[in-house]
Amino acid sequence: MSDGNVTSGVDERIKEQSRLRTALIRPELGGICGTIIVFALFLLFAGDSGMFNSQGVLNWSTVSAQFMIIAVGACLLMIAGEFDLSVGSMIGFAGMMIAIFSVTLGWPVWQAIIVTFILSVAIGGLNGFIVVRTGLPSFIVTLAFLFILRGFTIFLPQLIERKTIIGGIRDAAEGDWLAVVFGGKVLTGLFSWLGEAGMIATFERGTKKGMPVVDGIPMLIVWAIVLVIFGHILLTRTQFGNWVFASGGDAESARNSGVPVNRVKILMFMFTAFCACVFATCQVMEFGSAGADRGLLKEFEAIIAVVIGGALLTGGYGSVIGAALGALIFGVVQQGLFFAGVESSLFRVFLGLILLAAVILNTYIRRMITGER
Amino acid sequence: MFSTMKKMALATAVAAAPLMMATGASAEGEKYILVSHAPDSDSWWNTIKNGIALAGEQMNVEVEYRNPPTGDLADMARIIEQAAASGPNGIITTLADFDVLSGPIRAAVDQGINVIIMNSGTPEQVREVGALMFVGQPEYDAGFAAGLRAKGDGVGSFVCVNHVISNTVVAERCRGFADGLGVDLGDQMIDSGQDPAEIKNRVTAYLTANPETDAILTLGPTSADPTLLAVEEMGIAGDIYFGTFDLGDEIVKGIKSGVINWGIDQQPFLQAYLPVVVLTNYDRYGVLPGNNINSGPGFVTKDALGKVEEFAGEYR
Repeated sequence: MSDGNVTSGVDERIKEQSRLRTALIRPELGGICGTIIVFALFLLFAGDSGMFNSQGVLNWSTVSAQFMIIAVGACLLMIAGEFDLSVGSMIGFAGMMIAIFSVTLGWPVWQAIIVTFILSVAIGGLNGFIVVRTGLPSFIVTLAFLFILRGFTIFLPQLIERKTIIGGIRDAAEGDWLAVVFGGKVLTGLFSWLGEAGMIATFERGTKKGMPVVDGIPMLIVWAIVLVIFGHILLTRTQFGNWVFASGGDAESARNSGVPVNRVKILMFMFTAFCACVFATCQVMEFGSAGADRGLLKEFEAIIAVVIGGALLTGGYGSVIGAALGALIFGVVQQGLFFAGVESSLFRVFLGLILLAAVILNTYIRRMITGER
Repeated sequence: MFSTMKKMALATAVAAAPLMMATGASAEGEKYILVSHAPDSDSWWNTIKNGIALAGEQMNVEVEYRNPPTGDLADMARIIEQAAASGPNGIITTLADFDVLSGPIRAAVDQGINVIIMNSGTPEQVREVGALMFVGQPEYDAGFAAGLRAKGDGVGSFVCVNHVISNTVVAERCRGFADGLGVDLGDQMIDSGQDPAEIKNRVTAYLTANPETDAILTLGPTSADPTLLAVEEMGIAGDIYFGTFDLGDEIVKGIKSGVINWGIDQQPFLQAYLPVVVLTNYDRYGVLPGNNINSGPGFVTKDALGKVEEFAGEYR
């Protein structure tokens, strides 16, 4: 045993890599490149279409934030090695529950929101429990819940109110302390100052004349940022984050080294349901109604954002920041195509192309990182 | 590393190509955007697309058609916000859910963009959001008129095949029809879904379970086409009273062969065409019709099929 290594501070067992390479080659690289490319393209082709004025920026940021909220949950779950296809149905279901509790049953909105969160997270837990206990693929189990939840979302309001859209939540939520956390806006003072200073567009007529068109940052965006930061720290800075990677990478060896794999997976299912519920609550509070068709296909949009962001479908590899960038790309492209005046039915073609390009690019990056062939 | 660069360059080129195509298609002059609530799969809106394209051509203005791909109304609200942000001269949109859409529409109006509501909405709601006018068919009234007509033909019970259960406005047609007949709607409206095979099987199942049903009311080609197959397979084509909303190729054939007694044409062409004409003239000369425009209902029966047949699915 010589002490030479200790003093020099270099471990000869670790292959030397340049700083630049370590900084650049990371799971998010694909997402970062994609974001730059997408923004460059839209600046070029839709720069003067209103896409980058205050209102336009808010528009695509809101859409991206929506994707981000569900992508964070889907990303962590996917890294833990499981899927949740019931996200979209969960969004519809949670929104409808809030509407039924607050409008039909007349509960205070904060109570409706809290009970709905408990219910959603419990269903997420049930999803996870069934997957862990039966050993069935989560793909199938959550597919079942996709139908079960959607079915209830259509059945319950028809049974109770004889219609499939329940409105009037905005009136019920008036002055409610918890509703503001989901449906409110922050920095309103800053924006009215910007409007007065003539730096952003203002209304030209109507009761809101002179007020800025964009009067604040919706809480939806705040939630997205908070969830992304939470997810990133959880995944990269905590022991639990390592457990998540281990559970998805190789569940058996993780179990053998003492990782509570089942608990991790169930918790991740619950977190995914929590994210879906945040999405639903923000939507219901903003629009004031819950509809049976809300959240259709959102589970795939979440998975697409996560995959664009560099996560591996089979688990054990990925990044929350990557997923967030994936969501940003998704949102910017979806709204940007409208700004650029592209025929809207071509949207799916673009989505497919971007997905394909991202997956190919990410595969090369991953091979560089892990050294696999 | 080199191959990665190549991939990125390729991705750029692939993503850029259709964008360049699109910018070449834009024209000078006024710009109007039509935002619908229909999912991509709803073929009925093709007439709207053709109508607005023709109006754009004739009035020499730029027109665009946009819709939420899955028919999610919350997504539609975002599209209206986006349309407003891109600064057009006017927006033509449906008011499928007042709670969700009134905010974005109101904001667009306050921004100085002229809005005309087409297809879905009530005159009161249209006034409330500050739109110029409504062009469409009052759904309850149309259903009621159809119900009265069916009652006159001796109908006492019916099944309403609803393929857009989430659209409350369309469900008003069933309610109006029931009230016109003077019966309670009750369980007579079925949620058929959008898939043709499912629609066909659900109609067959309902008619098998309720053989006493006098009449079928379908709410558009999406539910009418598979229902036609269902009644033909069950051997009751021409026997059971069959009315439908809206027209399409198969529906016209059905009317011609006597399987469908009548189709209610709300003339979607006018709903897309007239708002563009009205908005353009309002922007250019400041002239505006004084009231809402009813584009329907018109009953299409076997006797008046010439032009309908010629342009079914295109302009009719």
